Amino acid sequence: MSELKPGWKDLPKGAVSTKSSRDYETGDWGIERPEFDRSKCTKCMLCHFYCPEGAITVREDGYTEVNVKYCKGCGICAEECPVSCITMVMK
Amino acid sequence: MGLNGDEAAAYAAKQVNPDIVAAYPITPQTIIVERFSEYVADGEVDTEFVAVESEHSALSSCVGAAAAGGRAFTATAANGLALMWEITYIASSLRLPIVMAVANRALSGPINIHNDHSDTMGARDSGWIQIYCENSQEVYDACIEAWMMGEHPCVQLPVMVCLDGFTLSHTMENVLTLPDDVVQEFVGERQFIRVKGHAGETEFRLNVETPLTMGPLDLQDYYFEHKMQQVDAMNEALKAIPEVDAEYAKVSGRRYGFLHPYKMDDAEVALIGLGSAMGTVRYAVDELRDEGIKAGLIKMRVFRPFPEEELVKVVGDLPVLGVLEKAASFGAPGGPLYEEVKTVFYDRERKPLIADFIHGLGGRDTSPKMIKGVYKSLLDAKEKGKVSEKVSFVGVRE
Repeated sequence: MSELKPGWKDLPKGAVSTKSSRDYETGDWGIERPEFDRSKCTKCMLCHFYCPEGAITVREDGYTEVNVKYCKGCGICAEECPVSCITMVMK
Repeated sequence: MGLNGDEAAAYAAKQVNPDIVAAYPITPQTIIVERFSEYVADGEVDTEFVAVESEHSALSSCVGAAAAGGRAFTATAANGLALMWEITYIASSLRLPIVMAVANRALSGPINIHNDHSDTMGARDSGWIQIYCENSQEVYDACIEAWMMGEHPCVQLPVMVCLDGFTLSHTMENVLTLPDDVVQEFVGERQFIRVKGHAGETEFRLNVETPLTMGPLDLQDYYFEHKMQQVDAMNEALKAIPEVDAEYAKVSGRRYGFLHPYKMDDAEVALIGLGSAMGTVRYAVDELRDEGIKAGLIKMRVFRPFPEEELVKVVGDLPVLGVLEKAASFGAPGGPLYEEVKTVFYDRERKPLIADFIHGLGGRDTSPKMIKGVYKSLLDAKEKGKVSEKVSFVGVRE
């Protein structure tokens, strides 16, 4: 968040948000990301439900994947995975 | 027609026909919502009447309705306004042009239902435009004009119309009203400014087709800028209010201003104040004039935004000015109006001697004799060239 921000004369009235949460890329908060071992994955999707950031989505084929633009590297998915197919690795 | 101050507010609101009225009854405002609920029951308005469980909910409902693009009206007094406190700041910072009539009443405790200005004076920093009325006619007119002041594209702020509890709220007077269609034409439909939100430029209202986020977390990196916008909005209101007054004069024949000077041209002593007590002061001024004293009066109609330049102009070379106010600020150097009047003149070369007179707390009556006593003490200060008592309390037992 080091870009030049607009001054009060340029901001919309009423403290209206100029960006959506989608524009707020939180991926640079953390240093790790999950890596999936799909040979062990049972497609239970628990990682998708547990991800507090909504960064883990379910693919057409039923496997999950992470969007590193938003992944904060919290590791909850790796902790919760019942078959331990997720490991946290450096981004 | 014969209307008391509350009825005048309700009648004006009926003619404006807002989208929502959300209110909770509290003396001495109750007649406003009673009358308005009758208009709703009789089908005289299209308004959605929300009978809420508290004033906090009343103003919250208005915030939601105004954010969705509606015209929202409410009314309250004293402790009701205190319960709204949190939301008063939210309404102004979200820039929602809600109109609220406040039947001024002393804040508890001890519990009291009668008039002073402790309630709205406490809300003076909440970012609302504040209009103080002297009589029912002014209440009626302000409750129509307020919409156009608040909704002015450069302003976008909520407006409080302040009327003295009982003295105005429950006292019937003859009020000149406008035909419904004239009021409707004057206020028209609510116009929206355009803002650039996260999904692009759109009207400043919540609409699922063109989404907008209002009221998100606003931290160190943006909050200050949004407060600056509120500072700016009040400066803009100083320009917009005379425009609205001029437009309203065209349809009503009644021209209002920030200040209403009375016999100020040659005055050697004057009082400035707000609200219904100004009628008594005018009476006292006439009596003093009969006695050969060149007394004058500055009735302040708009307290927020504070009309600094206008005040300096009206005061001119006046040697001594008394501030007559119905609010005490405990532990402060003086009452709120006194402090602001003094701030205006501190840096000026030409300035009057200024003294504060706090009166009428909890509805205590202030008689013409007491007002004349205030003028006499101001003349005394003029003679001595200094104010001996900065702040006096008029009408209190020792």
